[in-house]
Amino acid sequence: MADRVLDIQDLQVNFDVYGGTLKVLNGVNFHLDEGEKVGLVGETGCGKTTTAKSICKILPVPPSRISGGKILFKGKDILEMNKKEMRQVHATGISMIFQDPTASLNPVFTIGDQLMEAIKYSSLAEGLSRAEIREKAVHALKEVSLPDPERILENYPIQLSGGMRQRICIAMALATQSQLMIADEPTTSLDVTIQDQVLRLLGELVLEKDTSTILISHSLGIVREWTQRVYVMYAGSMVETAHTKDLFAEPLHPYTKGLMDAIPKLTGKGIAQGIEGRIPNYLHPPSGCRFHPRCPKKMPVCSAENPPFFNMGDDHYVACFLYKEQN
Amino acid sequence: MASAKERTKERVRINRKDKLKRAWYKFRKNPLSIVGAVITLLVICLAIFAPFLSPYPEHAGSFVNFSEASKAPSLSHLFGTDAFGRDILSRTFFGFRLSLLMGIVVIALTAPVGITLGLIAGYKNGTWIETLIMRITDIFVAVPPLVLALAVCSILKPNIFNAMMAVSLMWWPWYCRLVYGIATSIRNEFYVQAAEITGASKAYIIFREMLPNCFGPVFTKISLDMGWVILIGSALSFVGLGAQPPTPDLGTMVADGGKYLPDQWWIAIFPALAIMLVVFGFNILGDGVRDMLEVEDV
Amino acid sequence: MSRDVITAVDLKKHFLTKAGTVRAADGVTFSIRENETLGLVGESGSGKSTVAYTVMGIYKATSGKLTFKGKDITIDSDHRPKQLKKDIQIVFQDPGSSLNPRLSIRQILDLPIKVHNIADKKNRDNRILELLEMVELPPDYMYKYPRAIGGGERQMVAIARALATDPSFIVLDEPTSALDVSVQAKIINLLLQLQKELNLTYLFITHDLSLMRNMATRVAIMYLGKICEIAPTAEFFKNPRHPYTQMLLSSIPVVSEDEESLKPKKIISQGEIPSPVDVPPGCSFHQRCPKCMDICSRVDPVTVQIGDGHEVRCHLYS
Repeated sequence: MADRVLDIQDLQVNFDVYGGTLKVLNGVNFHLDEGEKVGLVGETGCGKTTTAKSICKILPVPPSRISGGKILFKGKDILEMNKKEMRQVHATGISMIFQDPTASLNPVFTIGDQLMEAIKYSSLAEGLSRAEIREKAVHALKEVSLPDPERILENYPIQLSGGMRQRICIAMALATQSQLMIADEPTTSLDVTIQDQVLRLLGELVLEKDTSTILISHSLGIVREWTQRVYVMYAGSMVETAHTKDLFAEPLHPYTKGLMDAIPKLTGKGIAQGIEGRIPNYLHPPSGCRFHPRCPKKMPVCSAENPPFFNMGDDHYVACFLYKEQN
Repeated sequence: MASAKERTKERVRINRKDKLKRAWYKFRKNPLSIVGAVITLLVICLAIFAPFLSPYPEHAGSFVNFSEASKAPSLSHLFGTDAFGRDILSRTFFGFRLSLLMGIVVIALTAPVGITLGLIAGYKNGTWIETLIMRITDIFVAVPPLVLALAVCSILKPNIFNAMMAVSLMWWPWYCRLVYGIATSIRNEFYVQAAEITGASKAYIIFREMLPNCFGPVFTKISLDMGWVILIGSALSFVGLGAQPPTPDLGTMVADGGKYLPDQWWIAIFPALAIMLVVFGFNILGDGVRDMLEVEDV
Repeated sequence: MSRDVITAVDLKKHFLTKAGTVRAADGVTFSIRENETLGLVGESGSGKSTVAYTVMGIYKATSGKLTFKGKDITIDSDHRPKQLKKDIQIVFQDPGSSLNPRLSIRQILDLPIKVHNIADKKNRDNRILELLEMVELPPDYMYKYPRAIGGGERQMVAIARALATDPSFIVLDEPTSALDVSVQAKIINLLLQLQKELNLTYLFITHDLSLMRNMATRVAIMYLGKICEIAPTAEFFKNPRHPYTQMLLSSIPVVSEDEESLKPKKIISQGEIPSPVDVPPGCSFHQRCPKCMDICSRVDPVTVQIGDGHEVRCHLYS
């Protein structure tokens, strides 16, 4: 039984803004075992980036506020850690790849400066010399198949293409030998053919280094190709989770089904109508199940109570009262 | 369908109320801004109601009473009296009038001119019009402001009107540059192109599409500028190029009082403190205005 | 036989920059028939947006022929007659910046109506309400500002704005790329419905091939300023001939096994997309092409017909 690397229990995060409190994360439950590749899927505003940033503890503290729950990283609660412990976690525990590689790299420093800095801070304990750090940096660039790594170390981000920059971000994330890597929409800003290359590369490296990975995306197609298990998120909580194959073969939650229907298919049979309504206003979220105002199958109980995860067997859980009986 | 006009009016009223509430929330987040607002309001009231609020309004004109000259601050003269026996507190209130007048006039002249030129230069990005406008602006900016004002004032007769003209002459380029920067950045936004494609006139695009996007920085600059213009106006008066005696101008009062330092310190110090108060108030207010006009994405 | 609304013959748009000549669109030939949707697909640097903007008049064509209903439109927007501006409209990619954040929706929709005298002063508001109804937005959105509504709704306002002048041809430049899937579905269905009701012709640009499959009547794929392949939709997806088309189609992430089986055999893409300043000699794709032959690095292929309406530009077929 593999170790549980990350275990988020009932995480609640609020934002204080003009007009009141945005109750963004409404009890997020999520776990990741060692070596797993897990996907987190959801549309804009569902809270996936907020969740990712909570794990890394990089949310701006006012206006955000963690109002409940635990985030256990290798058994220890991140939310309870002090600055020193957190720094250690940042250095060797968790690394993150952001959506826009242009924004993640500092334009006024060379690639070499940034990459070597990342390596230096992740291996402070080992006390490496500058030459050794440089060697590690070159090795990291070779691992992401970048041609002529010595020259790239001297380049500035602006001299490189989007795909190359993203590969450098991946190199930075992996060079620190972290146990957990969070990739937040790593290929959204890339072209399709480059996207394919980058994801393939990421898959190989993650396998080789046995890094546990969370892939966040709004693209169900990418998640299907890349992950072993998937979580579907809506309006601040997980609505469904299953092994990837099972989720795509038989989506259960009305939101998941609506989402799958709305995706244009290569079969060319036209596009379904999409899902009625808009994402809820976090200032005054709907009572009970947050999806119920838009749900084609809603029942009276849906507006009264927030459904828990019902176990459908084989690691497939749905947060929907339609499946209460089959629990 | 209820009259479209009535519904528009109602909806506009609701929108406006909500906008104001939101603006106030953003403004009062920094308590210092409230301080700035209070100071500014105080100064404005004192200026407007000077004849009623000052204990000796007649001292603001030609008035001499040597028996009361150079008296230290006391209950009857809170700020003391100057060498002519005039109550400094009253003259300070009237002095605020001139300071505010200068600020208002200068900004009312320079802001529209600078903004319009900046918009035109930004819209005509890459053409000779832009080059012409911006190079002229550069010329004015290159001359140190006070030097330019001094030069103009010494050519013309020294009075407060000419001082205002001089300050205006070197003030407009900064509005031009500010708006030019914003205009060039939004020039190629999709909404401007959409308006062009539809066939809107150039005037429409400049004043209805681009100008509203400049309001934030422009209004912030205006509130900060009040303080600066007053300061420069006072500097001009200090060297004798602004208001002439017996008109009570804060700068002139500081200059006159300088001769009596350090014994009769109150003649120079209180007007100087008054200048400081006004400038400080407008600066802090300017910060608050900037916070208030920040566009947030919900 | 329906007539051609747009024809382009060897259309070129080059930009002169310090780094060299950017051959954004380099000899593009296509035609769009009445009531059809021509889909333009490509990655960054392909020139699809350039073609769209040249059609709109945002760019002035460098050379080549471009006609709309028979009339020459190689001139830029400033010099186009009003009637032309009324007839061709565009929906931009980014809903965040295609609507002026400082204007209310009423003011945004009022502009085209005012400029083209679609309705007189008394009836302008009515026309605006009509437009909002057409895109299925509630009437009180008239008084809202763009930042108060979601991205999908902003795009619908952009569509309403495009429809305000009663055009016959609309360019849609990646109208749903910045939107979520569920919102995209709504907008695409709306666009298809409007096309039927109002007899519209579309030039639809996107990088999403699955979307194209369901939206376009014909598809053209571009690479570094040239069209590689053009064919009716079903044919394009069933028998892609150009290696680039095959590479692209095989890389699409799909969500079901059915779709997997429709994709061509996996071609692993290698190499970076070259910059349009530095176009490789011969066939611009030859450095990444798995079927590259000797001639490909020397001679630029010409377009040939290989089927009913199916054209390819590749040495394998010429």
